Amino acid sequence: MKGRLSALTGIAIALMATGAVASEGGLPNPAADWDVLWNKVLWDLVVIGAIFGIAALIMLFKYRATSPDQVGRGPKLSRAQALAWALIPATIFMADDFFMAAKGWTLWNTYRTVPENAMEVKVTGSMWNWEFEYENGIISTYDVDSKEGSGLVVPVGTPVVLRMESIDVIHSFGMATYRVKEDVMPGRITYIWFNPVEAKESWVTCVEFCGTRHSYMYAPVKAVPPAQYEAWVKKMESEA
Amino acid sequence: MSAAQSSWKEWVFTTDHKRIGVMYLVGSLAAFAVAGTMALLIRIEQSQLGPNLVGDAFTGGDTYNTWLYFHGAAMILAFLIPGLTGYFANYFIPLMIGANDVAFPRINAFSVWLFFVAIVLALAGFVIPDTPDIMWTGYPPYSVMTSANTSFYVFTVHLLGFSSILGAVNFLVTVVYMRAPGMGWNQLNVFVWTTVAAFVIQLIFIPVLAAAVTMLLFDKYLGTHFFDPAAGGDVLLYQNLFWFYSHPAVYVIFLPAMGVLFEVIAGMAKNRIFNYKACVYGGVWGITLLAGEVWVHHLYVAGMPDWIRVGQMVSTLLISVPVGLMVMSMWGTLYRGAITYNTAMLYAGSCLFLVLIGGLTGIPLAMTSMTVHLSETAFVHAHFHYVMAIFATFAIFSGVYYWFPKISGRMPNEKMGKLGFLINFVGVNVTFWPLFIIGIQGMPRRYWDYQMFPQFEGYHQIAFYGAVIVAVGMAITILNWLFSAIGGEKAPENPWNSASLEWTHCPSPPGPGNFPKDVELTADWTPYNYDKR
Repeated sequence: MKGRLSALTGIAIALMATGAVASEGGLPNPAADWDVLWNKVLWDLVVIGAIFGIAALIMLFKYRATSPDQVGRGPKLSRAQALAWALIPATIFMADDFFMAAKGWTLWNTYRTVPENAMEVKVTGSMWNWEFEYENGIISTYDVDSKEGSGLVVPVGTPVVLRMESIDVIHSFGMATYRVKEDVMPGRITYIWFNPVEAKESWVTCVEFCGTRHSYMYAPVKAVPPAQYEAWVKKMESEA
Repeated sequence: MSAAQSSWKEWVFTTDHKRIGVMYLVGSLAAFAVAGTMALLIRIEQSQLGPNLVGDAFTGGDTYNTWLYFHGAAMILAFLIPGLTGYFANYFIPLMIGANDVAFPRINAFSVWLFFVAIVLALAGFVIPDTPDIMWTGYPPYSVMTSANTSFYVFTVHLLGFSSILGAVNFLVTVVYMRAPGMGWNQLNVFVWTTVAAFVIQLIFIPVLAAAVTMLLFDKYLGTHFFDPAAGGDVLLYQNLFWFYSHPAVYVIFLPAMGVLFEVIAGMAKNRIFNYKACVYGGVWGITLLAGEVWVHHLYVAGMPDWIRVGQMVSTLLISVPVGLMVMSMWGTLYRGAITYNTAMLYAGSCLFLVLIGGLTGIPLAMTSMTVHLSETAFVHAHFHYVMAIFATFAIFSGVYYWFPKISGRMPNEKMGKLGFLINFVGVNVTFWPLFIIGIQGMPRRYWDYQMFPQFEGYHQIAFYGAVIVAVGMAITILNWLFSAIGGEKAPENPWNSASLEWTHCPSPPGPGNFPKDVELTADWTPYNYDKR
């Protein structure tokens, strides 16, 4: 909450920042871009909401009837006035729409363009489990009841692309920390990518309703320093 | 009304649009009570981590999922749509256009009975052993694979669909052919316009939903493979068909709700509608025109091709233009008005703010890239509850209070009404603001437990208190209607001094045939002609 408030006060910075926020390696970081765009959108909403909200408050208060017989004296618009009152607001709304659409599209392209050096992990969703298969054949899972298994482990600094499929119903792979999700379906492969820029432990949750244990279909996502990642890979290989 | 007139046969065999309207009101309020009870159970369950009301972590989800199913299905299919296009349209369209009844009164009676059979069928889902757990959306493959029943859901949708299609044809014919002599298109109440648009939408899009759920039925019980990719079907086809109807269905709710508010605000501010033509031809019909081109925003993260996700981001954002025109007209109708505050106007006034919250939070959700994070979180949940549940329900309540003297012949108790309003308004905001906040932080929808996010427990607790407050407000409101209908003060013919036909030309409540004298209108008559009288 505090973070968002301070983000609010940083409106000038947010509005001036254009284009993608690059991480240290020069790669885009969709999660950071999402936050930047969110601040812009939030300001847009707050400004529009304040204009209409305050206007409503003033009029609801100011135009109270002073006697029971009083009637309204709302203006009768001429044709030109009526057109102006329709076209000018419509143009303003439309301009804001296209502005938003352009901003949204830019970020969308970042989300959908996988960096060339991305590490690939195959994700299989099933009722009610996530399975992660790495390029070298390692398979990692997580048991929510025993809390055993490592889930998705990735090295900090390497973008990760997930190629995802389900073996039963539709699930959805949602990582709130990385501001990304996409449905996981039988019969087709979907993808998302993310850029773990710092060491952090977070969660992937299933966000498409999938039955009895939908609320328990989650696994840890661990972004760890590269050396630690290598050690984990070795350990997994020796166990396999 | 004499005792003989109100015998049960008079109601069961009635073809009077007003009685049919009241039957829709009673049926939809019953559905609302069921949906509200489910909502309370859901809020109790989420208020603390771990199993609360339901059994254990392994099977408890099943119980919770049936609550979600009944809550969603009852709210949308049996309360909001029949409340607005059943009760309000039936009772007031003929009165507003100066007609004696609808064009096909017996078909109208058939519609309401289909609606009642559908409600009974839907509620029967509670008592069968394999209670449906497929959400009101019923996505396959889950709805096909689950051991729970899907057929009750499908047949309920079929019956309600038939009912709505018959209603749509009936009312479109009524408005086109049965307006009082002298009533031109630009003299219609805004409510009539919004409802006509809603019926046009129903007529175009319901068959698509009916097809979708029929294919679901075939897949589950007859072994077809429309949605089974392993056998060459398409797993996403259902979602496309479903939302091709169900997004326009949002406007089937939103438009008449706006229409009700226009009537209440114009009537209580004694003012003409600001920029009527922009509101009707730009706003109402603009929304209708765009309604069928935005469904993909429900599938932004469902692996659709990029071109359609980006394309429908633009069309979805553009919805703000016609909605904006209606908002401009609604705000303008307050300008230089003479507002009197009764309970109806309090609900209508609060809707001005609710529509802002609900509408504006839709902007990030219209943007594909924003939705990649927000989709399927409590943020979405809070957004559509502000639009559909709170805004539309408050609009319905506003209308019920406004026309209460018309349908019952008695005045509603204003003190209880205002108390109920205040409690409801506080309650809904306490319930849903926390959900916006945890939604942005990633709280998923349709979770009954949230082990991985223990930090959200406090917010869920606040939402629970909000739900309890709402329950109190709703109880006061419904009891107030019951007591006022039985023992309220006798209402004068036109208690709000409205200029609209349903108040000026017929008694409260109107008898059979509605108007004691045939209605004839002059060229300068409008339902909002306050400064000319």
